Amino acid sequence: MNIKDIKKEFPIFDNKVHNNDLVYLDSANSSQKPKVVVDRIYDFYTKEFSNVGRSVHYLAVAATNLYENTRVLVQKYINAKDPNEIVFTKGATEAINLVANTFGQKYLKEGDEILITELEHHSNYVPWHYLRKSKGVKINFADVDENGDISIESIEKKITPKTKILAITHLSNVTGAILPIKEIIQLAHSKNIPVLVDGCQGAPHLKLDMQDLDCDFYAISCHKMYGPTGLGVLYAKKKWLEELPPYQGGGGMIGEVKKEGITFGDLPNKYEAGTMATAQVIAFGESINFINKLGIEKIEEHERELTKYGEEILRKNNSVKLIGSPKNKGSVLSFTLDGVHPHDIATILDEDGVAIRAGHHCCQILHEKLGLAATARASLGVYNTKDDLDQLNSSINKCIKIFNS
Amino acid sequence: MDLKDLYQEIILDHGKNPRNLGKFENFNKDAKGHNPLCGDKVHVYLKVDENKKISDIKFEGHGCAISMASASIMTELMKDKDQKEVNELIEDFLKMIKDNPDLKSNLINEDDKTKLMSLSGVKKYPMRVKCATLPWHTLISAMTNKPGEVNTEKDD
Ligand SMILES: Cc1ncc(COP(=O)(O)O)c(C=O)c1O
Repeated sequence: MNIKDIKKEFPIFDNKVHNNDLVYLDSANSSQKPKVVVDRIYDFYTKEFSNVGRSVHYLAVAATNLYENTRVLVQKYINAKDPNEIVFTKGATEAINLVANTFGQKYLKEGDEILITELEHHSNYVPWHYLRKSKGVKINFADVDENGDISIESIEKKITPKTKILAITHLSNVTGAILPIKEIIQLAHSKNIPVLVDGCQGAPHLKLDMQDLDCDFYAISCHKMYGPTGLGVLYAKKKWLEELPPYQGGGGMIGEVKKEGITFGDLPNKYEAGTMATAQVIAFGESINFINKLGIEKIEEHERELTKYGEEILRKNNSVKLIGSPKNKGSVLSFTLDGVHPHDIATILDEDGVAIRAGHHCCQILHEKLGLAATARASLGVYNTKDDLDQLNSSINKCIKIFNS
Repeated sequence: MDLKDLYQEIILDHGKNPRNLGKFENFNKDAKGHNPLCGDKVHVYLKVDENKKISDIKFEGHGCAISMASASIMTELMKDKDQKEVNELIEDFLKMIKDNPDLKSNLINEDDKTKLMSLSGVKKYPMRVKCATLPWHTLISAMTNKPGEVNTEKDD
């Protein structure tokens, strides 16, 4: 893969930040967008726009086809069995809320337990928290180990006869741990526990196969996958989408509406109430084409090599403490510096055009466990190079110089 | 933008070695402040005597160099000031950070002025203004016995 050429496909890199080239190391937060995706939004609005699924005129039919075409692209990208197992949402957050809400409504009662982990993003904890109040359920946390990893044993230890669902991240947005989710899913299924995977960090970086993983739910954020904001995907096994109640009510998701009662539409409409993020869905098709053109395996390999390189140079830097050394680490390098607070690091790096994130990264449970209020995080995308990581390291040295002079 | 304006020597010094850091036994007012976006926390303790004068002030907390330096400089300045003076100083400081080019209060001598103005570098860094103002809002809260925690995302 020639990264110099790939970078050229992202218009953002034509801009300077404080007179410096942009070194974008915040892709775990949100990735940049290739021109094809941006253009697709413009083209749709200027040449093809219409609402989806409601009218019979030319534009409406064409727009509906484009919209449904992305559903099939997503289905193939994650190797789901059926395109109707793909539900569009406003983000991974909404996808998880959808499952927590409908699964909770239908299957959970007082005393039941939900198992999550200490690694989870607030998006995979807070939606479940509501069920504590509304249903009286208990939330258990599988322990993270000193490497920032979650082992199968730590999950097994927390499973009880009352565990009704397991919700777990695929790739930690702080420690970079890639969890052995296939084995974890097997374990859970052997005890009849369905599994939701928070795939926000998995989907942009790892090859996915829903049928092989056999997970029940998989949540994706499209804006982290070189796609538009305001869009997410919920993959759910068809039997769940058929069994669970609708999430929101409105147009488009109904069968028949009478004063006495309402029937709901077929899949996937049942879960897509109201006018959806049409332009974003259509443009997201181009994100998947973009990834497919490069090949997700190639992207994985490139990012693995970069992660290794980043770890190496940061480990050599005596002032840097890397957070998390999991067995299998993906595209995230969180760190702290002796005597420099992560927010000061982020401000100083920004001056050099180096964009990182500082804070708790929406993982306060994990940070409390680590005994840290905040960390600095550099995270990678397909457009990053070893030069970017060298620049990171030299800007880190600048922080140290400022603070120790 | 110039990092030297933000990380002036005074800031780095107070950030690394904050004055009045800790807690004391006989405080009679206190308040907590929190910036949920970055996790910065500050807890201000006061001893206000019968003349409404701050006879002692300390703080606990953790955060970036800006917030620690701001708390440190603030506590130095506030010692032995009465309620009216405290209010005047807080108002003057917050106005300077927001709009005013300079400090206006006559209560501030040249030395204090230099220290306080060292925090003015945040003006060019909008995301960092709250780091500088959090301890001051927390002090207001302690002085006025406002219940609950100061939250940078709710109060302004
Ligand atoms: C692991 C993880 N889960 C969930 C989310 C939430 O995604 P979104 O805000 O796009 O819904 C994120 C994004 O920050 C994440 O990194």
